[in-house]
Amino acid sequence: MMVGTWVDRRNLRLECQSHLGHLPAHLRRRTRYHLIGWFKREGVAVIREERSMSSDTLKLDEDIRGRKEEGKPDEGKESGVQRERRYVGADRPRPEAPDKVTGKTLYIHDLTRPGMLWGKIKHSEHAHARIKSIDTSRAEALDGVRAVLTGYNTPEVRIGFLRDNFALKRDKVRQYRDEVAAVAAISPEIAQQAVDLIEVEYEPLPAVFDPVEALEPSAPLIHERDALGRPREDNVLAMECGHESGDLAAARERARWIAEGNYRVPVIQQACMGTAGCIAEFDARGNLTFTGKTQIPFLAQKDFNQALKAMGLIGNNARVVVPALGGAFGTGLDTHCYEYITILLAHRTGRPVKMLMSREEEFAYLSPRQSARVHIEQGIDEDGRLTHRKIHVLQDNGAYASWGATFPTVMLLPVTSLYKVPVVHYTSQCVYTNNTYCQAMRGYGNPEVTWAIECNLDELAEQSGLDALELRKRNCNEPGEVTPMGGKVTSCGLMECLEVTGKQLAWEEKRPASQAARASDSVRKRGVGLASLIHVGGSGRIYRSDASGIILKVDDFGNVNVSYGGVEMGQGLHAALSAAIADGLGVTPDKVFINATDTATCPWDVGTHASRGAFMACNAALLSIAKIRERLLAFCAEGFAELLRKNIQTLSKKDASFEPPTIDIDAACRPDNFDILDNQVFLRDQAHEPWARVELGKVLRAMHFRQGGDMLTEPAFYDPPSDLPDWRRGIGNMSATYTYGTQGVEIEVDTETGVVTILRMVSALDCGTVLNPKALQGQVIGGIAQGVGYALYEEVKMQEGRITNPSFTDYKIPTAHEMNFPIHLHYADTYDPEGPFGSKGAGEPGLVPTAPAIMNAITNACGIRIRSLPITPEKVLAALKQR
Amino acid sequence: MKSTGKRILKLSINGTVHECAAEPQALLLDVLRNELGLFGTKRGCDMGTCGCCNVLVDGQVQMSCLLLAHDMTGKEIETIEGLFDVGDPRGLHPLQRAWAEHGGSQCGFCTPGFVMTAKALLTEEPDPSEERIREALSGNVCRCTGYKKIVEAVQSAAAEIRS
Repeated sequence: MMVGTWVDRRNLRLECQSHLGHLPAHLRRRTRYHLIGWFKREGVAVIREERSMSSDTLKLDEDIRGRKEEGKPDEGKESGVQRERRYVGADRPRPEAPDKVTGKTLYIHDLTRPGMLWGKIKHSEHAHARIKSIDTSRAEALDGVRAVLTGYNTPEVRIGFLRDNFALKRDKVRQYRDEVAAVAAISPEIAQQAVDLIEVEYEPLPAVFDPVEALEPSAPLIHERDALGRPREDNVLAMECGHESGDLAAARERARWIAEGNYRVPVIQQACMGTAGCIAEFDARGNLTFTGKTQIPFLAQKDFNQALKAMGLIGNNARVVVPALGGAFGTGLDTHCYEYITILLAHRTGRPVKMLMSREEEFAYLSPRQSARVHIEQGIDEDGRLTHRKIHVLQDNGAYASWGATFPTVMLLPVTSLYKVPVVHYTSQCVYTNNTYCQAMRGYGNPEVTWAIECNLDELAEQSGLDALELRKRNCNEPGEVTPMGGKVTSCGLMECLEVTGKQLAWEEKRPASQAARASDSVRKRGVGLASLIHVGGSGRIYRSDASGIILKVDDFGNVNVSYGGVEMGQGLHAALSAAIADGLGVTPDKVFINATDTATCPWDVGTHASRGAFMACNAALLSIAKIRERLLAFCAEGFAELLRKNIQTLSKKDASFEPPTIDIDAACRPDNFDILDNQVFLRDQAHEPWARVELGKVLRAMHFRQGGDMLTEPAFYDPPSDLPDWRRGIGNMSATYTYGTQGVEIEVDTETGVVTILRMVSALDCGTVLNPKALQGQVIGGIAQGVGYALYEEVKMQEGRITNPSFTDYKIPTAHEMNFPIHLHYADTYDPEGPFGSKGAGEPGLVPTAPAIMNAITNACGIRIRSLPITPEKVLAALKQR
Repeated sequence: MKSTGKRILKLSINGTVHECAAEPQALLLDVLRNELGLFGTKRGCDMGTCGCCNVLVDGQVQMSCLLLAHDMTGKEIETIEGLFDVGDPRGLHPLQRAWAEHGGSQCGFCTPGFVMTAKALLTEEPDPSEERIREALSGNVCRCTGYKKIVEAVQSAAAEIRS
């Protein structure tokens, strides 16, 4: 018998008596639960369990890899950066929390510049009209006005990825929110007064508001010409995204049951609590500093540089600075007309100009989430295995192209890869209308199409008589699988998610019981339902580069200054990153300072989207840390012995009883004998000796203040192993790894009022290692709240293109009152080989399967099937009547 | 809105009397932010629908976007800035501490309004039920958290204040 110490993946130390020398490979990085189970079977006695904090467990954990640097897998052991985790995985407050709870955090709303002017925009009063004339004379004459701009007195600034939009419109307007003029004045009130004095004469044109009607040959053309000036013949966007794998006819033959249906999702608002805004200012050389709400500082820099060029500022640069965001949820993924207009106003006036949207303006003039109509057909064979999935998506793009138009690219993932489906036929179409143009929101196409897939699966279950949970289990994804689009499944805990959800819901009793009770006389009917998700978990490659750069700078005081191009918008990026750096480097998190995101000081990053923040930032940081540790420990091999001698001298002076070490200090200072922990560098084999530890700052000063001195600043650039898909064919491994999950819900339907009440929810998520439980809980439950809003309440209502509910009074967002139900959270026990510390992205999944889970529960309760969101009491009552 | 010139007013905020000039129609929210530099009180909607601008007026929670600054003379106004001791960065109010520990702030924009609402609640009811907390907070909108951690923060702060 021998005594061994093992550390589980949540950093619990288990001291065991065993006849076995080591833990089998398949049990490494598993939780206590798994270890104890194995110990019992093997007759291993656990002597002691404790949270491990001492340095002698260092060699036992194998989390942080230096392998990226080598470009080869599993070389972490040699890199010298294997460490225990103290902060990763721990429930630590976010570093920005003290500022946020005291009101010290400064958002764009709170920022001002000396001499700053205020901008306001005149919007269109028609959905589709020719601009006959614009009279700005009265606005210009108003006291305090510094500039009045229109499309006719400014350079043409084209925007959008199809270059079909203009900062200020000329000739015609294509939606109610179109920007026809703008004012800069000394106060926002005067700017608004001036805007109200601008008179625009229009000639109304026939308009189209329905995407199906917009496809008709007789429909009015929204854009007569494309960006290159070529005449257009229809309203269909020149984009192709689809997928075709397998023989559809044969699959239909093979199918024993087929279900098809048309599903719809509405336009909804991201509704960030901090409304949109920016400040633009030029220096005397014509370079722009733009401070504003964006999730894509570097792509915004590229967009604004193009605008500067259009404005005649050839060779000038836009610097983009990101203040605290006040929520983003996708609003910051594109650049917006109001931002370009602010830039034009700042350039015209030579003064800093600020533009800030009111809540009403944000509802009416900022691009919301795109609507979609999904036609789906799925089939299963005799054994309940999916034979095929055929999907056509029609998107109402609105008047101009923004990222909403590219939702079909992200839809590819659930369409081809949610559950094992051998034959997939997928087509998509995006069409211009005179509705408000749309863009990204959390989940980016995934909730839209998962709504159709997961509701339709339940329809298949109902048809075939197969249990809906069993149906999903039979088609469950698993590790090692390559999906029809080429998605490589590196880790997958979907089966665990399905099982846990079923168990927590008491599925086996409740599901049949509710179904049997449908016919009863009771007014209130209960039901359970569930739905699953797949989402990109290792970023999503939708751009030429999907990388993230980082610079770590360790200063003379042992502080780590971090410049990272991704954006903290409330998701907990800084909490995850500071913990990763603290654990990776061996410092305490209070020594980690993350700089404001600024294109002038941070390396390039594609943007904070696709649940990629923590995954990318931590992976990039680990690369940088490996280099820093290597350089620092190399210096120690030369210079540490001297520091130790000084240490010994000081200790001897201070303490008469101190006994100097008898070992050969120079021999002990070998490269493999150093480590860093708690802001101290120490000799591994003398870890408990006070003389063998030197404060990190002191080591850095020694490294700095010497002949040929040096400082530790290390950049790193992490580009995940994924492919940019061929969108037309819908092929490519778009993410380094994939996140899975299942949500279950029990609801009650009041069949007299149509009101649906959520009684409880279960969320089981496979996102690998949990980096910060509280932060993750916020992402999951916050996502669920948005999912509940999507399912039951939210819809941007438009009447002939005009938004009619631009306020929180008329646009309902769940409050603490509606979210008054218990939510059971479970995280699957997975570890992803590409994820930092084994983790996968978890920012968006929370809202992806919520709506279909709720609808499936409603069907279970009362047999109705509503195929368009939101599931309002009116729709429920109408469906109950039709039953 | 026609301007009729600024008039001097005295406001008692967080225990200190501030003298400033504001137009008769100026909102308390604007005076706090623009005249007094108290940016902790946030503007989320301008329509009394989100609670981001909540402050306490004589201990009662009020939306400062719906109050005229000149009506506030003689009243005691409390904002998020009054909750912690500036001299001691660790001197957070129990609600602020609980908010930070439980992760009640994500983007943080709604936080000051929520904290002020919670403070008024706990002054009136030191030991509210979860249902009561949710009811009291239902005039405040948060788009990030799903409210669970906010409710937990209020419960935890209530326990600390009681003890």
